[in-house]
Amino acid sequence: MGSAGSEPAAVTGAALHLAPTVERSVKVLVVGAYGVGKTTLIGAVSEIPVLSTEETVTAASLGVDPRLGDKSTTTVAMDFGRVTVGGSTALYLFGTPGQKRFWDLWVGLADGAVGALVVVDTRRLEDSFEVLDQLEEHTSLPVAVVVNEFPGAQHSTDAVRAALDLPAGTPVVSGDLRERRQAVEALKALVAHAVRLAGGSAAA
Amino acid sequence: MATQTPADGYRDHPVRSYVLTGGRAHPSRNTLRPETLLCAVDDGRELPVGAGRHERALLETCRGTLALAELAAYLSLPTSLAAVLASDLVDAGYLTIRSHGEHVLPGVDLLEEVLDGLRRF
Repeated sequence: MGSAGSEPAAVTGAALHLAPTVERSVKVLVVGAYGVGKTTLIGAVSEIPVLSTEETVTAASLGVDPRLGDKSTTTVAMDFGRVTVGGSTALYLFGTPGQKRFWDLWVGLADGAVGALVVVDTRRLEDSFEVLDQLEEHTSLPVAVVVNEFPGAQHSTDAVRAALDLPAGTPVVSGDLRERRQAVEALKALVAHAVRLAGGSAAA
Repeated sequence: MATQTPADGYRDHPVRSYVLTGGRAHPSRNTLRPETLLCAVDDGRELPVGAGRHERALLETCRGTLALAELAAYLSLPTSLAAVLASDLVDAGYLTIRSHGEHVLPGVDLLEEVLDGLRRF
């Protein structure tokens, strides 16, 4: 995976600074269950190699997840990437599991976000219900859904829209999220939706 | 908390984690968000001799503009902890905030600019 950006590979561990012209930042949340392709999408778009920070999740916020074991606290990695748009704005993509038990981790992240891009795997659509419920319950963020086209998975966006019972107007797109162009299309769908909700015109 | 820390000095500490924030879990300002852009102040002023290694590493890493989350990742610290350290460095004048993270949805002008930027990829 790694960066599909145009910047040359940097020395491992060296910070890749933003251009001096960048003077503001916005963020998008990339939300979805384990293994649906959040980091793949982030890596496809990001101009820097995907970075990760770890945050502590306490026992109270833990549910039953075999990957977390029965520890009373654990750390959850949050993957993220960055892409400079329009010369003066840095767009950050924060990948985060959207399940209820992780809510404490990303509730602060949602403040001020452009929106949430929900990554869906049609073979495990039920995993997305809780993510969408949590978004609806805790935020008023614009939401777009992107179906990750895994080999052997169904790709009908209409079927996904019906199954997820999405609000009218919610964009649903699909694509191979390893491809930068298709990952960017998903982002554009979300941002265009956010523009429309904010009262602007976003002719496709 | 952290009453022993003078405004112009930092104490190093062999113990990692929250001890090095003087026990504080929250930064001295609440305007630092994961996407907040930060940059070291380039005025030739050196950190006090007693400054901690994390503060030094943070400033060193932030010679150019980076978001708080990027600093945290490069320093292998939780973002919440990096926020406490960065906040102190802003207060002491070593670090400057290039952009504030917003609490509300970005304005339509900014959204349209982002969309235009994405369309040019």
